[in-house]
Amino acid sequence: MIRKFAIALLGCLALSLFAPAFAQEAPDVLVHRVTEEVLEIVRKDKEIQNGNTQKAIDLVEVRVLPHFNFARMTALAVGKDWRKASPQQQQQLTQEFKTLLVRTYSNALTGYRNQKMVYKPLKMNPGDGDALVRTEVVQPGNKPVQIDYSLEKVEAVWKVYDVVVAGISLVTNYRDQFGQEVRNGGIDGLIAAIAGKNKSLSTPPGK
Amino acid sequence: MQLNGKRSARAGRRLSLCLAALALSTAVWAGDNPRDPYEGFNRTMFAVHETLDRSLLKPVARGYDRALPLPVKAGVGNFFGNVGDAWTGANNLLQGKAGDAGVDLARLLVNSTLGIFGLFDVASELGLEKHDEDFGQTLAVWGVGDGAYLFWPLIGPRSVRDTAGFVTDAWVDPVGWVDPVRVRNTFRGVRIVDVRASLLPSDKVVDEAALDKYSYIRDAYFQRRQNQIHDGRPPRLDD
Repeated sequence: MIRKFAIALLGCLALSLFAPAFAQEAPDVLVHRVTEEVLEIVRKDKEIQNGNTQKAIDLVEVRVLPHFNFARMTALAVGKDWRKASPQQQQQLTQEFKTLLVRTYSNALTGYRNQKMVYKPLKMNPGDGDALVRTEVVQPGNKPVQIDYSLEKVEAVWKVYDVVVAGISLVTNYRDQFGQEVRNGGIDGLIAAIAGKNKSLSTPPGK
Repeated sequence: MQLNGKRSARAGRRLSLCLAALALSTAVWAGDNPRDPYEGFNRTMFAVHETLDRSLLKPVARGYDRALPLPVKAGVGNFFGNVGDAWTGANNLLQGKAGDAGVDLARLLVNSTLGIFGLFDVASELGLEKHDEDFGQTLAVWGVGDGAYLFWPLIGPRSVRDTAGFVTDAWVDPVGWVDPVRVRNTFRGVRIVDVRASLLPSDKVVDEAALDKYSYIRDAYFQRRQNQIHDGRPPRLDD
């Protein structure tokens, strides 16, 4: 009993010791570690490979989400109109966009079929607060697909604020659509549009 | 024959009526995107494309994807990739990238011989990286702007410049020289299905990510082209 407790305590201690070490890790190391952790799970999970989005979402929420800066992502996606939004609206927007983006990312993950990942060397100066980490998915019979992560340092921790797949930013690709919604129904209209989309996806018809 | 002619005329009229109705229903789109002045027309073409894709191309691609083992699909992709490498090299040369063009030529030689008619991408294993070039990109490098956005059924999104590029690409395409026509058309068909099959995993991603699929694809197209024109290093957008 006491031994078990001691081991648990040791485990906690080890975790608390390592946590700051993780916080300090360089952006490319972070991307590499998280990607490999996630892909290792996907490789063993037949359900995710068969397109179980909900299971992929659960995985992304636990492993990936903590490393994303969703407020920055939402601001980038909304563009100029972001400043027109009240703090409360900004919070609602961030919440809804986060749900949408996590689903997008998870759907992309279900398409993973054991392809090899290549991590490109990072070009960054010490003291930089912004970094671009480049990776590639090697596909047999096709050109590799580029996946780039933009990261910024937030209180000494690196956070992803943009994911660019084959040159297409999952974030800024929303600019025109969001702008259209804001022109049609204001910021609240945009919030309602994303919320509606999320709702329609969380209850798929006939499933 | 006569009957057939009449019937096809009637079918044609019905089709044109349908198209006109579609055009009217989509004409309400304001089209306030400066890059997309023909938005109403494009949305109609997009709707036509989606219908054709859903009822024809996608089911065939899905069958192909399920029926063939990965090494065979990879072989098909490699084969057409190898066929395309000559024109990729020519475009690199036209863009003043002689080094890259040399790599493309080396790829063509290695894969056509060691890679057994291009079925295996030995060159990539040797570190000769595959490039992604077409005549639309060459025109862009020469300073030709995008022009208006267009959506072509079954071909997909192309700006006016890239439409011209696409026509040129198709014109020099080695598959077009294959003699009996039957074999040529088989090659063409397989290539279309192979390309469509490679896009299957992204279908659900786009469907569930887009508030408006038409705009999502249009904007993704422009971002992707920008990335290709700058060989994966586009100038970064400001916030």
